[in-house]
Amino acid sequence: MSNFFEKSDLSRSEAENIISDTLQKCDDGELYLENSKSESILLDDNKIKNSSYNSDLGFGFRAISDEVVAYSHSNEISKNSLKQSSENLKSTLKSVKGTYNHEIPKSNKKYYDNINPIEQKSLNEKIKILNEVNNYLRSKDNNIKQVTANFLGEQKSVEIIRSGGETLTDVRPLIRFNVSVMLEKNGRKETGVYGVGGRQSYDSYLKDDNWKSVCDEALRIASVNLESKPAPAGEMKVVLGPGWPAILIHEAVGHGLEGDFNRKKTSAFHNLMGQKVASEGVTIIDDGTIDNRRGSLTIDDEGTPTEKTVLIENGILKNFMQDRLNARLMKTKSTGSGRRENYRHIVLPRMRNTMMLSGDQTQDEMIKAVDKGIFAVSFGGGQVDITSGKFVFNCTEAYEIVNGKIGSPIKGATLIGDGPSILKEVSMVGNDMMMDPGIGTCGKAGQGVPVGVAQPSILINKMTVGGTKL
Amino acid sequence: MVKDQEFLKKKASYCLGLAKKLGATESSVIVNNSVSETVNFRNKKLDESNRSDDLGISITTYIGKKKSSISSSNLQDDNLNILIEKCVETTKNTPEDEFNSLPDKDLLAKDFKDLNLYDDTHIENDQKIDYLKKLESAASNDKKIINTESSFAQNKSNFILANTKGFCAGYKTSSFTASSITVAKDEKSMERDYEYSSKCFLKDLDDAGELGKKAADQTIRKLSPKKIGSEKIAIIFDKRIAKGILSTFASAISSSAISRGTSFLKDKVKQKIFSDTINVLDKPDILKGLGSRNFDIEGVKTDTLKLVEQGVLRHYLIDTYNGKKLNLKSNGRCGGTSNLYFENGNVSFKDLLNSKSKSLYITETIGHGSNIVTGDYSVGATGFLVENGEFKYPINEITIAGNFKDMFQNITLANDLEFKYATNSPTMMIEGMVVAGK
Repeated sequence: MSNFFEKSDLSRSEAENIISDTLQKCDDGELYLENSKSESILLDDNKIKNSSYNSDLGFGFRAISDEVVAYSHSNEISKNSLKQSSENLKSTLKSVKGTYNHEIPKSNKKYYDNINPIEQKSLNEKIKILNEVNNYLRSKDNNIKQVTANFLGEQKSVEIIRSGGETLTDVRPLIRFNVSVMLEKNGRKETGVYGVGGRQSYDSYLKDDNWKSVCDEALRIASVNLESKPAPAGEMKVVLGPGWPAILIHEAVGHGLEGDFNRKKTSAFHNLMGQKVASEGVTIIDDGTIDNRRGSLTIDDEGTPTEKTVLIENGILKNFMQDRLNARLMKTKSTGSGRRENYRHIVLPRMRNTMMLSGDQTQDEMIKAVDKGIFAVSFGGGQVDITSGKFVFNCTEAYEIVNGKIGSPIKGATLIGDGPSILKEVSMVGNDMMMDPGIGTCGKAGQGVPVGVAQPSILINKMTVGGTKL
Repeated sequence: MVKDQEFLKKKASYCLGLAKKLGATESSVIVNNSVSETVNFRNKKLDESNRSDDLGISITTYIGKKKSSISSSNLQDDNLNILIEKCVETTKNTPEDEFNSLPDKDLLAKDFKDLNLYDDTHIENDQKIDYLKKLESAASNDKKIINTESSFAQNKSNFILANTKGFCAGYKTSSFTASSITVAKDEKSMERDYEYSSKCFLKDLDDAGELGKKAADQTIRKLSPKKIGSEKIAIIFDKRIAKGILSTFASAISSSAISRGTSFLKDKVKQKIFSDTINVLDKPDILKGLGSRNFDIEGVKTDTLKLVEQGVLRHYLIDTYNGKKLNLKSNGRCGGTSNLYFENGNVSFKDLLNSKSKSLYITETIGHGSNIVTGDYSVGATGFLVENGEFKYPINEITIAGNFKDMFQNITLANDLEFKYATNSPTMMIEGMVVAGK
């Protein structure tokens, strides 16, 4: 745990006084302190290309009056710096009124251990594994022209001090291991990417040569793509595989159910609470409480313990995801979804692990039900226009389906759909829900935060596939 | 106030000195400070004010051909001591790479032109508020506009780049940025669009009223969109989308993609990759240019490069490491391009719209659908159907797809280039792409 005041001319009690003085009569606010250490070790083109280490320290001071947010951040944890921030906040909120007594619920539950993954494995051991990855892959297939593998490790300590001195802390480990391969055959190049990660030590993900299965998966995807033919263009049925393809859920409905867009009425979902937005059998939750997952948090970045939030239950819209600001203005409670990339950014309501729960059908039944369509197994990334509701995601492994049978692999293509209506087009929900491997980062308003997704196989009646074959 | 050169230089030389003492044979350091103040409005009211003061330092140490780097936002000496010690220690344990080195001394920048990148003007939050009031009042004139969000940011930055080959230089830059995002609604649909202006000098910023009105007009015209069928059709890219295609081209000719063999433009120098009429320039010395600079992030001098001349690729974008690997000299493009642009074409915007009886005009794309390994391109798109030069109706929920190798050969550019961003393109038409819709 970091002691943020240890090397500062500012003592904890002085800081508490400045916070209480600045936030008196404000509706909400806090001082957020953060100390993060991260490393990146990259093997590329047969060599260790990069070994770097970052240490980041700073605070963000926030004051809220009614709908207005004043924010100031700095790297210097000092008397001067905090006072200057305080002046900035006061000058923005010239006439403040009222107080917000939204108490932070107490919880003793922790969803990950207090570890520093960077220190748990020596640099030499990490370099050794990366070299083994390179040798293993290059000896497996002569068509491999490029191998990139990297370790990303982080430990982030946060402390939230509220008016009156209430203090909340969290230490968050996070790691990721990624492998990318490029194959070249008959002048054609294709890539395959796979990775694993979460809030545990590197060894939890790499033990028993588990790194080999990450390599195998990246190579398998690249090999499939090498045989792919142009994707079709137009509307058709789409079967999505379980796990990572749930970024469809994240883009299509997740963002549209974040509190801020609904308070501002700019989300296509803002007037649909309590209404049917998905087929019967579709239940979607956003859960911050799953042990060691990438999107899990013991407390969010406002100090609220996270929870399992039911967003859509059996097709009916039940809840939005809320931070304190939007919860207060919408007269509801925070769902522990207030997150920020780091102390440089304001808090926004964000997703954690967004999951569609299992139904009772099998993937086989879905494939058999399709005359002409595609089967999408893996995705690159996605994006959504919250207001129009249109969203896309990019396939990185997909196959055509012809007369109920899986056919040839097809080239990467973008799929586009309409968020508020897509879940009504879900006609089968599989019994095979799976979490993603722990690699997702969600971007919103220029802030990236780690997230997770999960879903079973699903059949969508109609989506537009953005291929080139008419 | 942003920290002065003396403060940054002192930190930089402290780091170089300490690294040497701890055993680094060479090292380089960048110290930067950036102070920005932003005010956001929503529906004609103050929504957020944000002040940020960011310090940063990044140090790379070499021991022979071994290299490692660290970065931090904590510039206190005791923290720097711990980090530099860690950096040198990591360097010792990192395997050698024969291409690791600082830039050759003769390539380092020596002439430092004043590129007019810093405006000392400070705009108080109250003045920002006045600008945003005017902007939002213009943006919300039409009843169809149901939400307006706008922002005004002032940023002042200063940096020093120093290395053990004697290079030590840096300068202040400023930017003033205003933006407006509007949401419009009718019975059938809700749509969002935006307008934006960013300049080095406050006095060059777009008029608040014009900016707000433009955002609103661009949003209202998107209402009640239709979905069209799948077909092969000529696509006209609005300037704000066309510049993205130029950015993809730039990543495909970066020396790292070329040396790793992961670009569809590998080995294409001296070959015709665009249609005859296309010229692409990267010009670092435009006064007040948003991408202007005297040297790249390694200190290497940057000259104007004619990257594409009459359709023929002339240069890659080369940094020191990948240059050595490719046996080419760095051309000062570590960190990417400066002011990158397509030269104007020969036809007017109007003639370009008129050149086909039917085409699609694209104003927004979503998704990360550019693959520089294969050249494949597939993105979600929003725009308008154009018939005989007239905008007929808005279109959405479609995708557009092709392969850059073919797309580049089929580009026609209008003559309406303007320098609004660091990377700029005139309006662009590409024939032969596929639209997927109904």
